[in-house]
Amino acid sequence: MSDPDGGRGVSDALHDPTTADSRGGQGYPRSDGDRDLPLETYVLSVNDRDLPVDDAWVGESLLYVLRERLGQPGSKNACEQGECGSCSVLMDGAVVASCCVLAADAVGSAITTVEGLTGEGELSDVQRAFIDQGAVQCGFCIPGMIVALTDLLDRSPAASELEMREAISGNLCRCTGYGRIFAAFRQVQQERADARA
Amino acid sequence: MSVIARPSTLQDAFDALDALPDAHLLAGGTDFMVEVNFGHRRPPAVVAIRRVPQLQGYEIRADEVDIGAAVTWTTIERELAGELPALAAAARTVGSPQMRNAATIGGNIATASPAGDGLPVLLAADATVVLASRQGERTVPFAEFVTGVKRTVLRPGEIITRVRVPRLTGPQEFLKVGTRNAMVISICCAALLVDRVGRTVRIGLGSVAPTPVRAPEAESYIAAEIDWDALWAPPESVARFGELVRDAVRPITDHRGTAAYRSRAVQVIATRALERSLA
Repeated sequence: MSDPDGGRGVSDALHDPTTADSRGGQGYPRSDGDRDLPLETYVLSVNDRDLPVDDAWVGESLLYVLRERLGQPGSKNACEQGECGSCSVLMDGAVVASCCVLAADAVGSAITTVEGLTGEGELSDVQRAFIDQGAVQCGFCIPGMIVALTDLLDRSPAASELEMREAISGNLCRCTGYGRIFAAFRQVQQERADARA
Repeated sequence: MSVIARPSTLQDAFDALDALPDAHLLAGGTDFMVEVNFGHRRPPAVVAIRRVPQLQGYEIRADEVDIGAAVTWTTIERELAGELPALAAAARTVGSPQMRNAATIGGNIATASPAGDGLPVLLAADATVVLASRQGERTVPFAEFVTGVKRTVLRPGEIITRVRVPRLTGPQEFLKVGTRNAMVISICCAALLVDRVGRTVRIGLGSVAPTPVRAPEAESYIAAEIDWDALWAPPESVARFGELVRDAVRPITDHRGTAAYRSRAVQVIATRALERSLA
């Protein structure tokens, strides 16, 4: 995996105005401004692979490390405060906002990102249903939606309408109005029920 | 030297706090990481305590539930609704499912936000907090634990290990006012617990004072008004209870609501919680 910071530890590029918004870590210290930054080296288990994280600032979020150090940009950065759900990942089987997880404390946990839900180039039934139902407009929130709804469908196959709405109550979509997303959820529920029958 | 410790025993955690005296204690991280992400905090070191077994799991006893500080709100929401209905109801309003899967009851207490959703319940329930340090263990009533806005009696080197919540026989309600059902920081909230055995009504209120508060006058007033065998009180007494609750709070005006709105809203939800609890 490439280190976008070129081994300097903490990103300078995030202060490049052309990339700042998408990269996250807007409040992180600059590596050239503080030579005494506490850096850590550790290994994260992401999508069943052990990936080394070298000389990362100890305060970095799991989202930042996934996107900027481990080449996993599927989890999106928007709010950085746990409000939007765009960065949802599974951590030991529970859906969490990766912006609010300290990456260095995720050591030993199994992380699954949207990239890890299927094999390379394949679509999961949830992803396929989103396409079938036209549930994607700008698409920014969709990885988080997919992770949260995949978690619910796996955990509670017969989830009610209310449970489904509650399951994505922490995932904001400002384009779709959610109706097509609900329809995609129901499609998968029906498909899986048919497959079991 | 490493600046993060991930202890798996309480002794290792104390050792880590000795070795890293400036360290921040980290549980779920949902409050902490927001501050770090926005540059309000630059942790020189971190002691991450979620792996410590003494902080995990819960034990349901005859008279109380002993909850580990690292137990998440999801666990409380899903598994303790029978024993601690108001706490489980409050759990369901904490952030989003993503937050509840990470955020812990110990973190909620340690952060001691005036808007912490679990805190009014713990206050109304007369919960106690167990604190451990190298010097030993002490137990503090939750009512004495929070001393101000985000201030507690927690000393350096101390770790919250358990929260002990008494079980009560009687209806319990948790009501919260916000701009939507999910993902809101409360404008105000109220936990009302009826103890049919002890014949008391307890109410804990959030986001209406620097710390969670009770309304002792309202509580003793309504306890004397209730027909305890029928669990009923005259409507005018229920209304008076709401007024006394309103008079017990000292809300401020901020970006979430005005002091006047909070006073009125807390009166409404206190009255409603009592109405729902009585026959």
